[in-house]
Amino acid sequence: MNGSEIFFESLRREGVDLIFGYPGGALLKVYETLHDIEDIKHILVRHEQGATHMAEGYARATGRPGVVLVTSGPGATNTVTGITNAYMDSSPMVVFTGQVPSSLIGNDAFQEADIVGITRPITKHNFLVKDVRELASTIQKAFFLATNGRPGPVLVDMPKDILNASCAFEWPEQADIRGFKPTLKCHQNQIEKAAHKIAEAKRPLLYIGGGVITAEASEELQELATKLDIPVTMTLQGLGAFPASHPLSMGMLGMHGTYWANQAVNKCDLLIAVGARFDDRVTGRVDTFAPQAYKIHNDIDPTNVDKNIKVDLPIVGDSKNFLQGILKALPKKAEKHEAWLNEIRQWQEQCPMTYTVEEDSLKTEFVIDQVSKQTEGNAVVVTDVGQHQMWTSQYYRFNRPRSIITSGGLGTMGYGLPAAIGAAFGVTDRPVVLFCGDGGFMMNIQELVTAVHYRIPVKIFLLNNSYLGMVRQWQELFHQEKYSFTDLEDSNPDFLKVVEAFGCRAMRAETPAEAEAAIRSALDYNEGPVFVEFRVIRKDMVFPMVPAGGSISDMLLERLNPKTMV
Amino acid sequence: MKHLISVLVENKFGTLNRVASMFSARGFNLESISIGETEDPEISRMTIVTRGDDQIVSQVLKQLNRLIDTIKVTDLTRQPHVERELLLMTMKLSKATQHEIFELINVFKGKVVDIKQKSITIEVIGSPDKINTTIDIFRPYGIRELARSGAVAIHRGE
Repeated sequence: MNGSEIFFESLRREGVDLIFGYPGGALLKVYETLHDIEDIKHILVRHEQGATHMAEGYARATGRPGVVLVTSGPGATNTVTGITNAYMDSSPMVVFTGQVPSSLIGNDAFQEADIVGITRPITKHNFLVKDVRELASTIQKAFFLATNGRPGPVLVDMPKDILNASCAFEWPEQADIRGFKPTLKCHQNQIEKAAHKIAEAKRPLLYIGGGVITAEASEELQELATKLDIPVTMTLQGLGAFPASHPLSMGMLGMHGTYWANQAVNKCDLLIAVGARFDDRVTGRVDTFAPQAYKIHNDIDPTNVDKNIKVDLPIVGDSKNFLQGILKALPKKAEKHEAWLNEIRQWQEQCPMTYTVEEDSLKTEFVIDQVSKQTEGNAVVVTDVGQHQMWTSQYYRFNRPRSIITSGGLGTMGYGLPAAIGAAFGVTDRPVVLFCGDGGFMMNIQELVTAVHYRIPVKIFLLNNSYLGMVRQWQELFHQEKYSFTDLEDSNPDFLKVVEAFGCRAMRAETPAEAEAAIRSALDYNEGPVFVEFRVIRKDMVFPMVPAGGSISDMLLERLNPKTMV
Repeated sequence: MKHLISVLVENKFGTLNRVASMFSARGFNLESISIGETEDPEISRMTIVTRGDDQIVSQVLKQLNRLIDTIKVTDLTRQPHVERELLLMTMKLSKATQHEIFELINVFKGKVVDIKQKSITIEVIGSPDKINTTIDIFRPYGIRELARSGAVAIHRGE
């Protein structure tokens, strides 16, 4: 077999049936081989960054690794943002890059870039294949690393001569990586200690991150929470791990979390962090975070333990293993928490998440709330980055895991559209909905071609306030209202015309009534992508809000009602 | 406080870069790093000297462990170990100073590796502290150039 054939045979062995790619000089042999392959579907993107976000959207929606194939040099460097995004959000992804022939590496050859050097700090690991006999085993290692332990992106750089060279195909029984032995099983003594702490706590709080979704541990989480009446708050990536419709759900915590979730963090006597990493957007000022709580922290990555917050009881291991262990080790007699839940209910009443509806103007919260209602919290919801992203976390009521696909760690504008397309390739039994701002939509708008070409039934909901709204919000609140380069009104295109030119169905809504109808019609249309532009109020702000670096007890609340804001 | 960390890594290209760039990306202090093959040609040993409080050093150890190419990470600081560094140093030589210089070389158990009319090159092996002292003591005689290997260290045998 030649290198290209080995490449595809290795993908087959890994169960890959879908790759997102873009051809180029260093990959000519691979695309020659691909021409006659039918069991692996290749999706032609329009920019390599798009391929990486699609692969990540696919991975997050399905739990299977996303696969990217791009050429050397610019093809490779265009993947950098997408790889970093996957690294920050622990998404399994394998990126294959073509490379100039081995003999030219280091010569500043045409379309050469040291992509292995460039991506070292943003991949879980990466490889340069130097011998065709190592190609298959390297691919096997790449998939093993991407999907085991804490998932992440892995890059394999394949020089052109390796793809042309031949050798016998050999597939090792299993990937052998001496330096990679992730701890999956939690320490039993620690589990028992944690179980007793949980049983004794008066004011416990479960703080749930994306690790619970990766570990597919939602059922165990629900069992634990409901058994002991423990309220559950989730990070942005953890949303959906516990159903929003359940009375024990506190919604999101942190900078734009609910008032009551943050109050609960402040007042709890036991904080049980599962698959979460105490990110700065969650903790605010670290020295005032959960000041009264005994802190238990379960994470699969030991480096997350004691990184931002010193905890009392670290338990390294897979979150499913952790929750199962706790359920088993719980003593028969455990506290219920009626008083604690009542206290939380009071905070909920004090400061509910509400918004006003006016007949002739449209609020983003209303649009998201409507989509949440019409999809009954069961859609796969993809967001871009900014105000609409935070409103999505607040007003879409996620009822199932693997339902929110969003750029949390890196905060990549332009992520949403390709990620939604990728998710829609993986999930066909639920609607895939994208909420996007007008700024981010322009950053990868070329991928609309991909959606139209493959007739991907993704619902693109553009929340157009003609501002870089989140930056504008900070300018208003913290930067003396100097609206420096955030007003896009004079420069934005006519989105309807643009989208129609791509061959995509497009609608516009400017009032709540129009919005409701447009959402209905978009959800009913499944022949291809559909686009709705919502002209929303321009200067709305996301509240509640913890100012950056502030304590979460100092939430900005009084402007919760936007009418008093302007 | 100063920590001496011994790391066994895969002997592959790019491994040193992975370790060094992890230190810079995470903002960890990296005082010295030295690397060489071990008895197994597939494995290299790195000796790293870093500084930080317990929380930071614990992160350093975990981040080192997290790299796929690392096989074993040991903090030798509080364990019985031997630590050595090599100093190569060229100094000015004159009639007036040569007597004192030779005496000092003996005091530090150094060796003369090269000698010319107006200069002398010596080697000294010892703990990094001893190397620091050596440099301080010789400084008044006029150091032309010096090179330090960085610390190498190993666990003491049973």
